[in-house]
Amino acid sequence: MSLLEIKNVSKIYGPLKALDNVNLTVENGEWLAIMGPSGSGKSTMMNIIGCMDKPSLGEVILDGVDIAKESGKKLTEIRRDKIGLIFQQFHLVNYLTAVENVMVSQYYHSMPDEKEALEALERVGLKDRAKHLPSQLSGGEQQRVCIARALINHPEIILADEPTGNLDEANENIVIDIFKQLHRQGTTLIVVTHDPEVAEVAQRTVVLEHGRLVNEIKNEGFEE
Amino acid sequence: MFFRMIKGALFRQKSKMIMIAVTIALGASLATAMLNIMLDVGDKVNQELKAYGANITVVPKENSVLTDLYALDGQEETAAAHLKEDDIGKIKTIFWGFNILDFTPFVNTTVVLDDETEVKLTGTWFNHHLALNTGEELDAGIHSLRSWWDVKNGQWLDEQKEGTANGGAMVGTVLAERLGISSGDSLHVKTSDGEKTLSVVGVFDSGGDEDEQIFTTLATAQELSGTKGLIDSIEVSALTTPDNELAKKAATKGPGSLSPADYETWYCTAYVSSICYQIQEAIPDSVASPVRQVAESEGNILDKTQLLMILITILSLFGSALGISNLVTASVMERSNEIGLLKAIGARDYRISGIVLTEIIITAVVGGVAGYFMGYGFAQIIGQTVFNSSIEMKPMVIPIVAVLIVIVTLAGSIPAIRMLLRLRPAEVLHGR
Ligand SMILES: Nc1ncnc2c1ncn2[C@@H]1O[C@H](COP(=O)(O)OP(=O)(O)OP(=O)(O)O)[C@@H](O)[C@H]1O
Ligand SMILES: [Mg+2]
Repeated sequence: MSLLEIKNVSKIYGPLKALDNVNLTVENGEWLAIMGPSGSGKSTMMNIIGCMDKPSLGEVILDGVDIAKESGKKLTEIRRDKIGLIFQQFHLVNYLTAVENVMVSQYYHSMPDEKEALEALERVGLKDRAKHLPSQLSGGEQQRVCIARALINHPEIILADEPTGNLDEANENIVIDIFKQLHRQGTTLIVVTHDPEVAEVAQRTVVLEHGRLVNEIKNEGFEE
Repeated sequence: MFFRMIKGALFRQKSKMIMIAVTIALGASLATAMLNIMLDVGDKVNQELKAYGANITVVPKENSVLTDLYALDGQEETAAAHLKEDDIGKIKTIFWGFNILDFTPFVNTTVVLDDETEVKLTGTWFNHHLALNTGEELDAGIHSLRSWWDVKNGQWLDEQKEGTANGGAMVGTVLAERLGISSGDSLHVKTSDGEKTLSVVGVFDSGGDEDEQIFTTLATAQELSGTKGLIDSIEVSALTTPDNELAKKAATKGPGSLSPADYETWYCTAYVSSICYQIQEAIPDSVASPVRQVAESEGNILDKTQLLMILITILSLFGSALGISNLVTASVMERSNEIGLLKAIGARDYRISGIVLTEIIITAVVGGVAGYFMGYGFAQIIGQTVFNSSIEMKPMVIPIVAVLIVIVTLAGSIPAIRMLLRLRPAEVLHGR
């Protein structure tokens, strides 16, 4: 069984179809990139997969559960247990230190564990900046804290909406390296990006236009 | 983690929290000041009004109008034309003795001066020291019951000073002017019972009839009128509760018309009628009656002042609730990303509300404590400017203010919490 199955999903805002009858399947452990022009519905799709929004029509089966039919409380639980989120704007809690930002995710999942949180920061190369506030970190460093936070509860699927949108080349490469590492460990990754370089490293790229899936490219040269 | 988050939120966003705390402190300080003044103002206003004289007079039964009415019931009246001096102190022993602020006996007589004119002479207490058999000690007399007297020259007669106690006198300005005397002079008076040379210690201006009289000590007047150990009347100043239906019924139909339960309530409330009744019980053959106008206006003024205070308190609390509501809503709005994020990573609504409310309540406690002390200051300033005395802080105000602050803070936070609950993470996190 596939980890994620999107069947005939539409998201309708008045006259606008942000998503228009989208079908997509994502296998366990797959690394998928989503591309498309601005306003094509990429974030809308990520929000639906991430249980933060519901489709107007269609089914979204995540790990055997149709999340289109679940209550808000259940969706919160699914988000907590199965999904790791990475944002273009990082969204760190500005009054908590790097390690505390990671621990927040543990706190709402189960139990905060400072040692484990520090290990997660170590994995993204930020152990020595653990006690810094977000305002004292560079954009690249903040994004790595955000990644550490997404990883800490071992989610089944990581959703990254333009993770490198605010980063320079060097930091972009650091993030891509972390993704590669995650992929090798078997984490399912869905990455929205405008950047062909970020899309290229994924196994498969789908392209959205006006809410429709218009193209699908298998990355032949994908290196495991 | 919860406390680390709270700590982070409080310490790393100090300025915002300080604003909220200040708003709460302002509300709390006004509430504290008003409540304390309100609770204290009863005493203060009464003390103010006390300056305008006694509110109860006690006369012998025979001299009272009521006696005339009751005389018809055929009972044999063994009334005395005088009260006994020894009974005066009993006023303080009644159930509401604590509410008796001051009292003074009077002996009235007419004396003949050297120029053969007749003048009213009154014997009374000025600052008479009383040691009651209850162990209580107090100074009673007209010095405080006639506090509006303006002593033109000389000074108040001091009964506790050697020498003045016997033969000292105070003379009204009109009389003093007519006779051309001032303090330090002496005044020869005579009656059918004797004669005496009084030494004038002070000349006063009362603004009334008393300006044509001589006031002297009780003993001197008794000697001149030949009524040793006897007095004509007593003036009493008592703190009273404003009359209500029960008090009116008791006053018009008599306490006997009340049911036992009502009687109990009436007797144990400081109505002017129940205090009068108790004075009559304490002093044999006496009739105590309220000096109506003063008693009533006291109650009225008190009611109105307290109503005003309550209104101010409500308005100030309402104002701070609005202020808090604005600030907290603004703060939640500013933190909508953070709140959206917490929701996105799986925090349930109640846990996020819990954090926000805990922050606000901690801030409220800090603001409330500060406000209490500010309110203490306000109360003293108001007390000094309005009543010329300090306001006693009542401990019961603390829990009241605490509860009010919690209610006001929580009420003020309702819009913010509602916004927080409605907030959908998808809307704030993808930076549209
Ligand atoms: N809550 C909403 N109400 C109305 N329209 C919406 C809402 N959310 C998204 N849309 C519309 O849906 C369309 C798709 O938006 P979406 O954010 O998914 O685009 P995107 O592909 O992520 O664009 P970008 O690359 O700029 O992030 C847009 O036209 C947007 O205006
Ligand atoms: Mg987008």
